Amino acid sequence: METVDQEVRSRISAALQEVVGRPVAVSDETDIVNDLGLDSLAVMNFVMALEDEYDISMPLDRMAEVQTVGDLVRTIEELRGNLRK
Amino acid sequence: MSIMSKFAPLKEAYDLLRTQGADPFSLKFDEILSPTEGVLNGRRTILLGTNNYLGLTFDENCIEASIAVLKAQGTGTTGSRIANGSYSGHRELEQRLATFFGRKDCMVFSTGYQANLGLLSTVAARGDHLVIDADSHASIYDGCRLGHAEVVRFRHNDPDDLYKRLRRLNDQPGDKIIVVEGLYSMLGDTAPVKEIAAVKRETGAYLVVDEAHSMGVLGENGRGLAEEAGVEADVDFVVGTFSKSLGSVGGFCVSDIDDFDLLRVACRPYMFTASLPPAVIASTIEALAQMQKRPELRAKLVANGKRLYDGLNALGFTTGPQPSPVVAVSIPERGLAVAFWNALLEAGLYLNLALPPATPTGTPLLRSSVSAAHTDAQIDTAIDLFAEVGRQLGVLPDVKTPKRLSA
Repeated sequence: METVDQEVRSRISAALQEVVGRPVAVSDETDIVNDLGLDSLAVMNFVMALEDEYDISMPLDRMAEVQTVGDLVRTIEELRGNLRK
Repeated sequence: MSIMSKFAPLKEAYDLLRTQGADPFSLKFDEILSPTEGVLNGRRTILLGTNNYLGLTFDENCIEASIAVLKAQGTGTTGSRIANGSYSGHRELEQRLATFFGRKDCMVFSTGYQANLGLLSTVAARGDHLVIDADSHASIYDGCRLGHAEVVRFRHNDPDDLYKRLRRLNDQPGDKIIVVEGLYSMLGDTAPVKEIAAVKRETGAYLVVDEAHSMGVLGENGRGLAEEAGVEADVDFVVGTFSKSLGSVGGFCVSDIDDFDLLRVACRPYMFTASLPPAVIASTIEALAQMQKRPELRAKLVANGKRLYDGLNALGFTTGPQPSPVVAVSIPERGLAVAFWNALLEAGLYLNLALPPATPTGTPLLRSSVSAAHTDAQIDTAIDLFAEVGRQLGVLPDVKTPKRLSA
């Protein structure tokens, strides 16, 4: 599980660097909107890229709960788990 | 700390906007002279951002019909239809809309916003799935939030992405409901509804099409994009509004679904709000008749949209992907867009300023909507003003000679 988390975390980090357009230090506590200054459109594009990558769809109510990178890692893991069921 | 301090970032942005000129979100017209002209700060101003597609707000027949019913039935119903009952006009309008769309049933709502709120929050229940276009109108997003279904969005106008999202839901129980708009109000682009209907058939989903901006605009009879694309049979629910082509206020949903009428006692945004005043219903009934009687209005509307679109493109502006009655010009930077909008306003041209993140492009938009009531001269004046201000502000190069359609 830890290694899977790590893999998701680094993919998120790479996807974030791409939308922000510069190298950014990302930890589980990084607030996606407030720390990285992404607007809702940028967040949507970034989340859609991750949805493609993991073949999941993130429902809007789940997305609304995501504030930090750590939240996002957990949500993606849960959605992937649901799919495997 | 005040209860309003949570709006500090909004306040800062709004205050900045207001130091740059007029407040684009709270204009006050001294007078409205016609569907295409008003008086603003004592200046005659061309209205190019009011969604008054067929120009029926001052139609004599609509006004007379409304006055007669106002005198006969009074100013309002003072309550909802489940509590206070329906007036004859409510049912008549529903029957006429159902007939117009070739459907069994129709429900009228008090606004277009409530039509989406009502339908989406009710037909999609817990355990169901709403799959909506990412660029959907706020009323679609809010309708989704009001209900208990799971909501997923797909990439704007991308049937492949839609298919992928539905495939991921394959082994999940519950109804799947696709929601798209006929014509998207920001850029004036239409949905690839033929391809979307094919996805719907293949996946066994339901399909809702919001024809708010396309009713009276698209299709040989003005029934909207689904008519134009020949896929009406695949559309389970058509939602629309009276506040654009029909020149009044209100919304509706038509459908062939069995037991559609059950929604009247299940749909909270229908049940717990006052019904439309009879005079509004009367002008809407007449406007629907005028729309059907006068297809030339639609032809003129389409021609006006194309005239504006071609004119602005010839000047070198960046516009939406296709000509339509909505013509949006993308301006690269926020301050420039605000200055542009203010300069147009001061020169006597009103249109909409749309700022990110409320725009699909991520850039500010100067959004126009033309009317069948605009004259060629008014459209040409608008194009000239765009050219003039565009050069003053350096959005357009100085030297480029505009290719004009005709003088």
